[in-house]
This record gives sequence, C-alpha cells and structure tokens, in this order.
Amino acid sequence: MSAAAAAGAAAPSAAAIAAAVRSGERTAGGVLDASLAAIAAGDGEVHAFLHVASDAARADAEAVDAAVTAGRDPGPLAGVPVALKDNLCTRGVPTTCASKILDGWVPPYDATVVERLRAAGAVVVGKTNMDEFAMGSSTENSAVGPTRHPKDRTRVPGGSSGGSAAAVAAGFVPVGLGSDTGGSVRQPAALCGTVGLKPTYGVVSRYGLVAFASSLDQIGPMTTTVADAALVLEVIAGHDRRDSTSLAEPPPPAGRSLDRGVEGLRIGLCRELVDGTAPDVAARVREAVEALAAAGATVEEVSVPEMRYGLSAYYLIAPAEASSNLARYDGVRYGLRVDAPDVASMNTATRTAGFGPEVKRRIMLGTYALSAGYYDAYYGKAQRVRTLMIEAFARAYATVDVLVGATAPTTAFPLGERVDDPMAMYMSDVCTIPSNLAGHPAISVPFGSGADGLPVGVQVLAPALGEERMFQVAAAVERAAAERRGTAGAGEAGA
Amino acid sequence: MSGEWETVVGLEVHCELRTRTKLFCACPNVFGEEPNTNVCPVCLGLPGSLPVLNEEAVELAMRIGAALHAEVRPSSFYRKNYFYPDMPKDYQISQYDEPINVGGHLDLPDGSRVGIVRAHLEEDTGKTAHLGETGRIHAADYSLVDYNRSGVPLVEIVSEPDIRSAAQARAYAAELRAVLVATGASDGKMEEGSMRVDANVSVRRAGAELGTRCEIKNLNSLRSLARAVEHEAARQVALLEAGGVVVQETRHWDEQAGRTISMRSKEEAFDYRYFPEPDLVPLAPDEAWRQRAAAAVGRLPAERRRGLAGLVGEPTPAQVDQVQAVVDLGLDELVVAAVSAGAPATLALARAANELAADLEAALALDPGSFAALVVLEARGELTATQSKAVLAELVAAGGGDPVSIAAARGFESLSDEFLRDVVGQLIEANPGEWGRFCEGEDKLAGFFTGQVMKATGGKADGKAVAAELRRRRN
Ligand SMILES: [Zn+2]
Repeated sequence: MSAAAAAGAAAPSAAAIAAAVRSGERTAGGVLDASLAAIAAGDGEVHAFLHVASDAARADAEAVDAAVTAGRDPGPLAGVPVALKDNLCTRGVPTTCASKILDGWVPPYDATVVERLRAAGAVVVGKTNMDEFAMGSSTENSAVGPTRHPKDRTRVPGGSSGGSAAAVAAGFVPVGLGSDTGGSVRQPAALCGTVGLKPTYGVVSRYGLVAFASSLDQIGPMTTTVADAALVLEVIAGHDRRDSTSLAEPPPPAGRSLDRGVEGLRIGLCRELVDGTAPDVAARVREAVEALAAAGATVEEVSVPEMRYGLSAYYLIAPAEASSNLARYDGVRYGLRVDAPDVASMNTATRTAGFGPEVKRRIMLGTYALSAGYYDAYYGKAQRVRTLMIEAFARAYATVDVLVGATAPTTAFPLGERVDDPMAMYMSDVCTIPSNLAGHPAISVPFGSGADGLPVGVQVLAPALGEERMFQVAAAVERAAAERRGTAGAGEAGA
Repeated sequence: MSGEWETVVGLEVHCELRTRTKLFCACPNVFGEEPNTNVCPVCLGLPGSLPVLNEEAVELAMRIGAALHAEVRPSSFYRKNYFYPDMPKDYQISQYDEPINVGGHLDLPDGSRVGIVRAHLEEDTGKTAHLGETGRIHAADYSLVDYNRSGVPLVEIVSEPDIRSAAQARAYAAELRAVLVATGASDGKMEEGSMRVDANVSVRRAGAELGTRCEIKNLNSLRSLARAVEHEAARQVALLEAGGVVVQETRHWDEQAGRTISMRSKEEAFDYRYFPEPDLVPLAPDEAWRQRAAAAVGRLPAERRRGLAGLVGEPTPAQVDQVQAVVDLGLDELVVAAVSAGAPATLALARAANELAADLEAALALDPGSFAALVVLEARGELTATQSKAVLAELVAAGGGDPVSIAAARGFESLSDEFLRDVVGQLIEANPGEWGRFCEGEDKLAGFFTGQVMKATGGKADGKAVAAELRRRRN
C-alpha cells in the first residue's frame, strides 16, 4: 500500500475506531497493526515520524484489549492510534524537538496530555517531525530533515507540526497532537487537508510541552473530522494543577452542538483573513461563508484592522520568550555537550553546534528585544499591541458570533521555496497569529482545494472559551465541504 | 576636603524559608541530603516542566513583611536571565518591580532604625563544587553541581543604606535573624546558609554625597560581615586618600586572607533581561490571607526585650546586655514566668543570661517554678552563689525539681561564721608566704585562699563571706 493510497478518505475516524474497539468488533492490537503497517509502507517517503514507539504502543494496545476482555471501558479513545509532536514529553521515549541539542534525551515523565490520552484508551504510536523547537512553518527547519506533503512529495506539509499533520493526512493515524504558538497546528492542518484546532489558552495543560513561547503555546489535535477534534479536546482539556496558567473553570463542552446547524448564528467574514491571500484560497473562503449563509446564518463582512500588527508583535514576543526558554540547553545537564576548557566556552560551543540557524536567529532577536534600554520599545510595545488586539476582537464579537477567514495565505508550497527568505516564511502564519496573541480558540477545516489541487483550510475563530460555538460552525463548514465534494467531484476550479 | 570619613552600608539578606516543600515543586525543603537526590523535573528545569507557586512560601513572606512593618502588595514574578551552571533553567524566577513586601523598617537594640526597601520572593540555585588540586575555581580540574538546593524558597530583604558602621551592620543582621526566627519563616542558621548576607559598602566625608559602592559577596557569618565591612571601608578610604577612585564592582570576601577581592566590574555586569514570568500568574493575596499571616507572627525580639527590661525597672548597661542575651537565647519566657512566681527579676535575669547558655535545649525545657524557687533561695541567702549555680545545673539536667531537696542532698546548709573563721585561720597558718604577699597588696591571692576554703568545706562556704573574712584579717 502506498502512502497516497493510505491517504484516501476511507480511513476510519477516531470515533469509529473507538466504537469498534469498545464493542469488541475490532481489537486495539489489530488497529495498531494496521497503523504500523501503513507507517512502514508510507513513511519512508513522507518522513512524518522521528521515532515509532512500537513496543510502548503494543503495551498500550494490550492494556486496552485486556480492559475490553475484562468488561471494563477503556475510554472514549479506546484503541485510537495517536501520533505526538516531538515536543511533547513521553516517559521512556526520546523527545528531541527535532533538534541536535536534545539528541538522545529521554524524559523521565509524561506530559499531562499524554497521561490523559492514555487514560482515555489512546495508543501512542510515536513522535513526529517538526520545525526545530516549533520554530518554522514548513517542517524544513528539522535537524533530521524535512517531512514531505503526503499528496505531493515536492511540497511542504506546513509547520511547525508538519509531522503530525502529514501522519494524519497520510492515513497513518487518525489523530495527531501538535502545538500551536502562531499557527503551528492550524497552518499544517490546512496545507495537508486535516482538521486542526488551537484551543483557548489555558484550556489544555502545557505541562510536558517543551516550551517555545510560553504565553502563546497551546496544544491541539489534528484529525480527519471536526467531531474527532472535539472528542480529543474533551479528553485532553481541563485544569491541571501542574500548569499555573491552566484555567480553573471546567473546559467548554466542545462537541455538544456539532449537529445543531448555524441557523440564526452571526458569521463575520474577516476582511484581514481574506485580503492578501491567494485568489484560489480567498475564493474557497467566500464559498464556505456562502454555504453557511445558505444554511441559515447571517453573514456580514467584518474588519479587525489591528490584525495587521499581529505578525510584528508576534516576532518580538515569541522570540523574547524563546530566548529565555531555550537558555537551559547549555550542555550541563542533558542533551548535547561539546567539551571546551571552561564552562562558558562549553555553553557556547554546545549551543553553536546544537541549534539550527532559525533557532539561533530567534534567540538573537529575542535577546535583543529584552535587552536593557530596548525592553519598552520592543517587548513592552508588543505586549500593548496584544492588549489592543484583544480589545479589537471584543469589538468584532459584539456584532458577530464567530469570525471566518483563511487559515493560510496559500496552499502547500514547494520544498525549499521559502527557506532562504525568513520574511516570506513568517508570512505563512499571518492569518493564524492573531488568535495566539489574543489567547482565543480557532480551528481549521478542510474546504475544497486550490488551483494546484492541494487542500485549502477555512478558519473559524471564536472568543475566549467559545469552543462550543466555534465547533458548531466548523461542523457546518465540514458538511458544506462534503456536499461540494459530492457535486463538484475531485476536480477543483481555480478562483 | 573636610570632615571625618563615614562608612555607608546597605545590606541584602537572603533568607531561606522553612517551608515543607520547595518554592515551585513538591520536593521536600531539607538540608544535607545526598547530592542530586532531592530533585524532580521542575527543580531540575527539565524541558516541559512548569513551576507552581508554593502558598506556604507566600504566607511566610507575608509574615516577614508584617514583622518588618512593610506593606504587602499584589506582586508578580519575573525571569532574571543569565547563564550559570548551578541554575538549571539558566534563569532565576524572582520578583522584580512588583515585590510582595514594600517599605518598612527594623529597630535595633541600640535604638537606631534601619529602613527596608523591599523583601521579595525568589528561588535559590544549586551549588557548584570545583574539584581539583587546589579546590579553587580557576585551577579546578572539573566541577560538580548539586541541585538539591535548586528551587528552595528565599526571601531577599534589601535595606536602605542607613547603616553607618561595621558594628551596626552586624547588629542589623543579628536583629534581622532574630526577627526571621520569631516569624517562623527561618531557622536563622547562617552556618548552613539559611541566611546569607551581601553588603553594599561606600565611604564619604560626613555630610557629602554618597560615594561609589562595592558589593561584597559571601558573608556567611556575623563575624565575616563585620570584618568585611571594616576592611572594605578601610580599603576605600586608603584608596581615596591616595588620590584614587573607587570602582563600582562586586567583590568577594576572603575570610582567611581577611580582605575583599574584585570579582567583576560594572562593565562586566550581566544584563539580566528581566521580563514577566509567563508560566506563573500574578499574585494577589486577599485581605483575609494577609491578616492571617500577620497574626501568625510571634512576639518580636524588640517587644520581648522591652517586656524583660520592664521587669528590672531601669536596667544598668550590664543588664541591657543580659536582656539582649536572654532574648537572643529565647529564655525570656522562662525569666518572666520565674518573676511572676515570685523570683526577684535582677537575679533571675543574671542567672538566665550567664548560666543557661551551655545546654540551651535543656534550659528551654526547664520548669519555671523550679527556676523561680531556686532564685528565691539564693536571694534569701539560704544558698551561696556557688551553691545556687550547682543546684541550677542539676535542675536543668533533670528538667526541674525541688531545689531545697537538691541542696539538702548535696549538704548545702550554710556554714556558721565561727566555723568559717576557724577554717580561714588554719589556712593562713598553713600558707604563710601567700598570706604575706596578700597582706602586701597582691589581691589576686584572695582567689587562692577562697579556692582553698572551698576545697576544705566541700564547696559549702559562701564566697562573699570568705572574701569579707580575708579583708577583715588583713586590716
Ligand atoms: Zn523538585
């Protein structure tokens, strides 16, 4: 079986697998075998995985099957194979963030999301490729080499959670977990044609997520259906006393209103998330909004002009926090060490050899932005932009329930196209960054394809803790996409 | 140039808090474990770990604030970024421009007052040991780091530059230590590093602008603090009088050499790139919590000294010292209880200050009633001072008892004056040389005769009566 064949739409959803395993119709072991076989057949070309944890996965699956045999319920994700981005700590399984500096590091503990997935019956299959320390939008910044787009091997899968997106899109697993700091779940989901969710900041515990930019990072699922994204969110969400920024209130009921339709909802077509995107992408977004209107929603065009400052603010805040978060990789305690005559030289030699160029660029940017005398002009000002952004969103949500726009400005771009042009690469996240700065939830849903036949993602944004309403609209977008596939067939007209 | 040189000192005191667990994780806050056994992902700063603030540490920090008359404010944590191998995240989580305690003061036993700038929470680092032939950092073959101390909660107390001498610096640190112990926030053990002092020292001509200061690190005893301030001030004065200038820098106190050594100058100082710690949320204790913390502060040393001195009436300078010693030892409650049981205050104070420090733990457990009864016996002249001290030692060892029966068991009844005169007479006959020299004015031989009398009477004689008899015979 080729990866392309595996990428067919027939791959069962997480909900379907869990139902089959819980009922005894399938075994978790059998599901795992199929997943491992698909990976073995297809991942040589795609390179979604950095580490396939077959033995640990086998143990997880056996535990699930034993529970079923004993008449116990293994949980809502019974037997569902899950791929984890390699910045999520897994006890006994290497966690490298696709960086040489963490080569060989094996965490002594599991991230909270990993504990919760396993407690719900999920089977952790392995760790996926990413841009080093989640810094990038194409997965080309991996120290281990890029992941390729499952539908077109000459193109990138997006990033930084490109490995998890590709693993789901290729049909290796029905669920991937990524982290989204400026769009790193939603953008690769859009490019690969999967659903990708960034929850409200604080809904999912960050304990065990290797930090990139702590005030922006949030873990989210990548799935083949909107319902699966809601299902996984319900499993991983909730207060965690190990993360002080995790919200104390109970998580929003994500999946409750999936089938309610959008009748009477107010949809805002967000001008800043359409203008400046490629014509074919913009066309799909407008079609999605028209479909929502046809389903009974009222639609108006909304402008959130402050979004234009998002990219600039993000590229001060994220590198500043990263420069501090990545200081600990100093060669003293774990990971790579390059020996030198004294400690300071050892630190420098280790970090010089261990970090890739994009990570170094951001450490330098962030160090500069926090320097004495520059703090107010850079970091301080960027934080004020963040406040403005939250206020601007609040004004928009006074008149509409959700905002809709593109997830990424283009479809998947060719490998190598943007690697030497950081600004072009940074622009890949222009549509996703505002939600991170505001701490709001947003989801990318596949909706048709571009002129090149590659997937387009439509993004639904909601105010803080507005997950339920967001999922309600996302499900309607998904139904509209399915209808359009039924009528238009596979061939997609351009703009 | 006019006026005398004046020393100006501000102190930064780091106090380890006696919490059950560390500041941001559940590891026990204990001293003296095997290296790197008392650690977890959080205090090792492992990738993906996150800090969670220990509420007990907040409570103790607020107690310290209350004891120093500071204002407890809503506060936040920042990251102080610099590379150091004993700091596992290569940043320290500390408070910056929004500390939990702002302002306040500390009154010293001599009546002076030192202003407090702030008292903020932060985490401690690990410890580095430099190993090799010399044991010194520059010649070390390799270094080992112990992270057991990493994440232990600290409160850093920063004073105003109100201190004017080495003696006052020492008195401030001693008083602060007593206050920290009284709040229950610290054990005050400087030798275990529970309290560490950095001194900012400058000199100026009286009335002139503040001079350039140097910060002296590594002061781990009150004695080191006083010596270091003394030596550093003298160094700066000598430098200025020779026409030189003081360079702002950090200096290390070398206890053995008795001098300060330059560590790094202001130009080499780190840019700590402070920014708000995004892994923690702002800290805003409510009024009820603040009041609970303030109410938990025990009686402070200054108040206890006032109470004790009040029993004596108008204390002499010697009694002022005794009051301070008794409060420092924590024996003031014993004295107060003895006095209210009928013991005369001056004698109870003297006995507590001078006789009970040797086995403090036992002394703190002594029954106040027994102590009071003993002091009364001595005050009435039914026991000599020597006898009283012997009985007291026995009471302390036993935790209490009846001093009358102990004295009787030891045969401590008063000797008749006639018997004492006979003994003294016999000793003068037996030691004519010594007696002759005593009569010619060699007063210290009184001690010799007293010792002989005690030997002959099995310690039952009253030293004062012996001295009086010797004087009577000489005249
Ligand atoms: Zn710990």
